[in-house]
Amino acid sequence: MNYEIIGITALWTFLYGYVIVASVDFGAGFYNFYAKATGKSNIITPIITRYLNPVWEVTNVFFVFFFVGIVGFYPDTAYYFGTTLLIPASIALILMAIRGSYYAFNQYSKDSNIVWAFLYGGTGLLIPASLSVTLVISEGGFIKEKAGGIDLNLMELLFSQYAWSVVFLAVISVLYISSSFLTFYANRARAFEAVEIIRKWFLIWTIPMLVSSQFVFLGLRSNNEAHFMNAQNYWYLFGLSLVFMWIAVYLIYKKRRYGMAFIMVMLQFLSAFFGYGISKLPYILYPYVRIESVVNESMAFWLTVVFILGLLLLIPSLIILMRMFLFDKDYVQGKED
Amino acid sequence: MEDVLLGRILTAMTLAFHIIYATVGVGIPIVIMVFEFLGIKKNDYHYLTMARRIAKGYTVTVAVGVVTGTIIGLQLSLIWPDFMKLAGQIIALPLFMETFAFFFEAIFLGIYLYTWDRFKNRWHHWLLTIPVVIGSSLSAVFITTVNSFMNTPAGFDLVEGVFKNVDPIMAMFNASTGVRVFHVVVTAYMTAAFFMVTVAAVKLLRSKHTEDRAYHRKGLKVNMIIGLAAAALTLLAGDLSAKFLHNEQPEKLAAFEWHFETEENADLILFGILDEENQEVKGALRIPAALSILSGNKPSTEVTGLNDIPKDEWPPLVVHYFFDIMVIFGMFGLGVSALYFILKLFKREEWAHSRFMLYLYALSGPLCFAAIEAGWFTAELGRQPWIIRGYMRVSEAITQADGLGITMIMFGVLYLILGYTTIQVMVNMFKNESARDSQIAYYGKESLMEQGGRF
Repeated sequence: MNYEIIGITALWTFLYGYVIVASVDFGAGFYNFYAKATGKSNIITPIITRYLNPVWEVTNVFFVFFFVGIVGFYPDTAYYFGTTLLIPASIALILMAIRGSYYAFNQYSKDSNIVWAFLYGGTGLLIPASLSVTLVISEGGFIKEKAGGIDLNLMELLFSQYAWSVVFLAVISVLYISSSFLTFYANRARAFEAVEIIRKWFLIWTIPMLVSSQFVFLGLRSNNEAHFMNAQNYWYLFGLSLVFMWIAVYLIYKKRRYGMAFIMVMLQFLSAFFGYGISKLPYILYPYVRIESVVNESMAFWLTVVFILGLLLLIPSLIILMRMFLFDKDYVQGKED
Repeated sequence: MEDVLLGRILTAMTLAFHIIYATVGVGIPIVIMVFEFLGIKKNDYHYLTMARRIAKGYTVTVAVGVVTGTIIGLQLSLIWPDFMKLAGQIIALPLFMETFAFFFEAIFLGIYLYTWDRFKNRWHHWLLTIPVVIGSSLSAVFITTVNSFMNTPAGFDLVEGVFKNVDPIMAMFNASTGVRVFHVVVTAYMTAAFFMVTVAAVKLLRSKHTEDRAYHRKGLKVNMIIGLAAAALTLLAGDLSAKFLHNEQPEKLAAFEWHFETEENADLILFGILDEENQEVKGALRIPAALSILSGNKPSTEVTGLNDIPKDEWPPLVVHYFFDIMVIFGMFGLGVSALYFILKLFKREEWAHSRFMLYLYALSGPLCFAAIEAGWFTAELGRQPWIIRGYMRVSEAITQADGLGITMIMFGVLYLILGYTTIQVMVNMFKNESARDSQIAYYGKESLMEQGGRF
């Protein structure tokens, strides 16, 4: 078996999982704050709360899983990303800490207030922005090897058109994915007033979504042309992504089959995400870390064993969780309390 | 300031903050499990309400524990990239397993917290505590194996700066794993129990909800039992640790005890102040031959002194103070819980709940936390100057990136704010709602009439 393929596939799949779950979570936090600030809180907040309460911890684990896994399979990334990302990653961590804590403070405390809702909602948009910078850096061009070690060129990063287009795409994706899920969830909860509002949010984000993804492609061309050219070879994956998007938008516009619409959104991101990922290979961090730099054989073997055993444990657990809180009609409609 | 010092302070700060929540995270599920069990078994709504109230507060601490855990996970690569590049080859496995354990716990905790009223058979809900306890304890186990590896590395050959012939399983089950895992897990249970003892004692001392007295007395008793059992195990763990250090990490034990000359009949030194120039200890309490007995069960055991160890491999001698704090504060919990049961045994119920005793009980929780902190400072400072003992020094592992100072300040501010808000939220959560109110809210007014609720 080829460990480098196993490793990167597992990691990329988990990162994809994180993108979806976290987007729903982050977006929900932002919409929750927005609803509070505009006085629509009583319509939207119960839906969001009911969904998030049992799952918020799980979201974070997807992320932990990814970064532990990447250091595990590719220890070199710890060196390159670790050294260069001290400041940007620390900022992301602080934002995540604020978000996670204030979610709980806001949710379980009697003194919940708009400031806490803001801390928890606002950071939800900044985190994807800051995390997406890592993907930008992985395209190369921002890390310099010098005599004493390596350094990140912050200035160049700050004025990079490519970096900003990725950041915008990340933020818009969050709002887009989240609103498609919440439309489905609110509809299941038979909260039709909420459906109307959230559905509009979704439709609003479709155009910026399309535009910013075009900018990302253009940016990639000037930033890492080899990657851009390689992406052409996988044009069908990106084309497929567009098709899925049109189906999703059509369904929600026509107020039909919201569940299917959300699945389409997931597929839209799945194909684009893997298209991006596959065309990026063999580089994990251009040009320093390649996929072949996988750890020693015995570690890769045990990691794979643990990974399979872990999934055997996790998948049934996740199914139980979803059945109890996502697909249980009574729970979703709030008949518990 | 030197980068390596900044890096150490920042890591210490994150860990010191995280450990408070992590200890609660590992220990409290056991407490919840016991209370819900008693509640169902005895059909006693006091216990059921208690399990549920503790779980409510627990949720908030879990949130902060999760985020600080995420921080330390990434900070390892951010502050010590060269360490992770090297050690990532061999510690990735336990780190990965820790994540799985945590994932498992997170899923079932989510289910547990929101299904109190969902099962007809209450035992089914109780069963959910099992995966939570397993998950939280296992994550402590796995992460401790990583730390143990840093103390007593095993399972590789170092060839030209790279690990070869790696055996991740041997690395996980290295020489110090067993004793350290045992120590970490039982002290977490102990600290959680005494933390709840403190809550009960404070509530009995000054709560305005007098109707809750019977409730808090019951809580006090059960937590005292858990606390006493865990404290006794901790004593055993401490003893095993001393013997282990004697055999495997003598420089660490010698630094704990300011033991300079290799000798038999070595004294145990408590407290005191060190004159480092002359290697003289002033004002200390010396217990003759005790160190030898601790190390090898007989006075004739020869204990290695620091002078037999190269000076540039000495741990900082300040660890002795942390060691003292750990031992004394750790013993305090054992002492008060033993006293509590002695008074009960001699039917001195009113003494056992006297204000004086309640004040002592109230101290036990905070002192346990102080002991945990001091214990980790002892263990980690005692490993200096190594990051992987014998293979990589801390100074070789520090990042070359600029900006450690500002990063340290940012995280310092973050921890202050999070710590402050946690306390505020926790206090407000339980200040105005009596346990009786909670019971009515959870189980209805009828529950007051049933067994155990009749007060």
